[in-house]
Amino acid sequence: MNLQQQLIAYKTIVIREFLRFIRIWLQTVLPPVITTALYFIIFGNLIGSQIGDMHGFSYMNYITPGLIMMAIITNSYANVVSSFFGTKFHHNIEEMLISPLPNYIIILGFISGGLARGMIVGLAVSTTAMLFADIHLHSILITVSIAMMTSVLFALAGLLNGIYAKSFDDISIVPTFVLTPLTYLGGIFYSIDMLPEFWQNVSLINPILYMINAFRYGLLGVSDINLALSYAITLGFILGLYSFALYLLNKGHGIRS
Amino acid sequence: MTRALSIRGLRKTYANGLQAVKGIDLDVEAGDFFALLGPNGAGKSTTIGIISSLVNKSAGTVKVFDHDIDTDLTAAKSCIGLVPQEFNFNIFEPAVEIVVNQAGYYGIPRAEAFERAEKLLKELGLWEKRHTMARELSGGMKRRLMIARALVNNPRLLILDEPTAGVDIEIRRSMWDYLRRINAQGTTIILTTHYLEEAESLCRNIAIIDEGTIIENTNMKTLLNQLQTETFILDTQQAVPDSLNILDYPVRRLDANTLEVDITKDRSMNHLFEELSESGIEILSMRNKTNRLEQLFVKLTEANDA
Repeated sequence: MNLQQQLIAYKTIVIREFLRFIRIWLQTVLPPVITTALYFIIFGNLIGSQIGDMHGFSYMNYITPGLIMMAIITNSYANVVSSFFGTKFHHNIEEMLISPLPNYIIILGFISGGLARGMIVGLAVSTTAMLFADIHLHSILITVSIAMMTSVLFALAGLLNGIYAKSFDDISIVPTFVLTPLTYLGGIFYSIDMLPEFWQNVSLINPILYMINAFRYGLLGVSDINLALSYAITLGFILGLYSFALYLLNKGHGIRS
Repeated sequence: MTRALSIRGLRKTYANGLQAVKGIDLDVEAGDFFALLGPNGAGKSTTIGIISSLVNKSAGTVKVFDHDIDTDLTAAKSCIGLVPQEFNFNIFEPAVEIVVNQAGYYGIPRAEAFERAEKLLKELGLWEKRHTMARELSGGMKRRLMIARALVNNPRLLILDEPTAGVDIEIRRSMWDYLRRINAQGTTIILTTHYLEEAESLCRNIAIIDEGTIIENTNMKTLLNQLQTETFILDTQQAVPDSLNILDYPVRRLDANTLEVDITKDRSMNHLFEELSESGIEILSMRNKTNRLEQLFVKLTEANDA
């Protein structure tokens, strides 16, 4: 396949993935908006009003970046893991495997689907956030770039989960027992400055902390973490996960007998 | 003559130790309509899976139109269209999208993909259902949709793994006509089926695979000539007496108006009809008791089991 044909194939997967989650927007786009609105009402408004300022921002404003990021992370991940495992489970991944499509295009196609859902949900949640919080964008470049990189990273993680998964249980275990705890402990609702030194150090091994803080810097201009380190870690994970996913697909792991 | 498919020493051992394919050699000439037959679990689908790169082989070489799948996989894949045994499309996608997306995976621009999809869906009687979700199509429509999808890249080699399973006779025959037509236009076809009448009617050459090895590989005519005896059922106008005795012919009376007779291939049936006529019995119709290929198939696979 020449480059132009590869581009057509890539666009085909992206369109397919986009239509897949848009057709079922009531299940894919709306729920995170409602969930996030509830977070704003309960944690931001009711409980947050008792907490006071954090790093010079109201609690509502402080948790907004984390809540947006949480929606981006979970939706980017969920989109790719469910879509990829679904194509495996129903065997329609064979449509791609018998074609001359290079594996890297399959990866990019699925990741772009996850990115699209992550960004659409992120935008929807951000719009909802504006009803509750008073957000002034500190840096659009940092906000958009870190949101996109995080979305790509977790779409890749979802892809790996989909490659390894052999049952529907396998695609819910990681989000439930790994992703959700890491997200909650990644500083959505608090600054790690509030933690004892030991737990601050433990928090530093959680990669999600770096992404949420970079995103918070983009929106509010405050962060617990050095911005360059956040970018480096996010980029490092993207490259590592992409290489691993490509290696697995080239080997046929989970997709070929 | 160009070979559409050339397989040498092909082996497949699954992770659980099952040897599905045990070193087969197989050639299919370009333009052929080739039957790959075998009982369930014989290794047909594994072989097809390897050819279409859905299954990793353990050993051997596979070339599709001289493109080795080990060294020139992209070119080999570009030559193949596959209709698998099981429905494997996204049941939540409309029929036309399934075909158009498949074209996209081959790098065919979307506008052209729609044109091709329209042509194929019309030819296969699915155009009216183009916007219907795949899950809402009937079994026969789903089979035809898989054929349309497999043909959208204009493959030189079309592999059909039991394409008419569960399809009613009328649709099956229309699918046969369609397959004959595309074969006549130059597409090489490899067909696996459990309907041996289908293989006999469509295919010029045949290989029978059993327990992972090829036990017969010849042309259909030569294979059918191996059949020494055929059994026919005769429907008679008059009631046949219990004591009917036709010299030299092993005739069995099934009921008052039905006879069964074994005819060896070196004997004419004229004498049988004469004797029946002399006994005052007229024949209304005559048919094979079983399909000829089926008789041979059972004989060959039983011999292999022995």
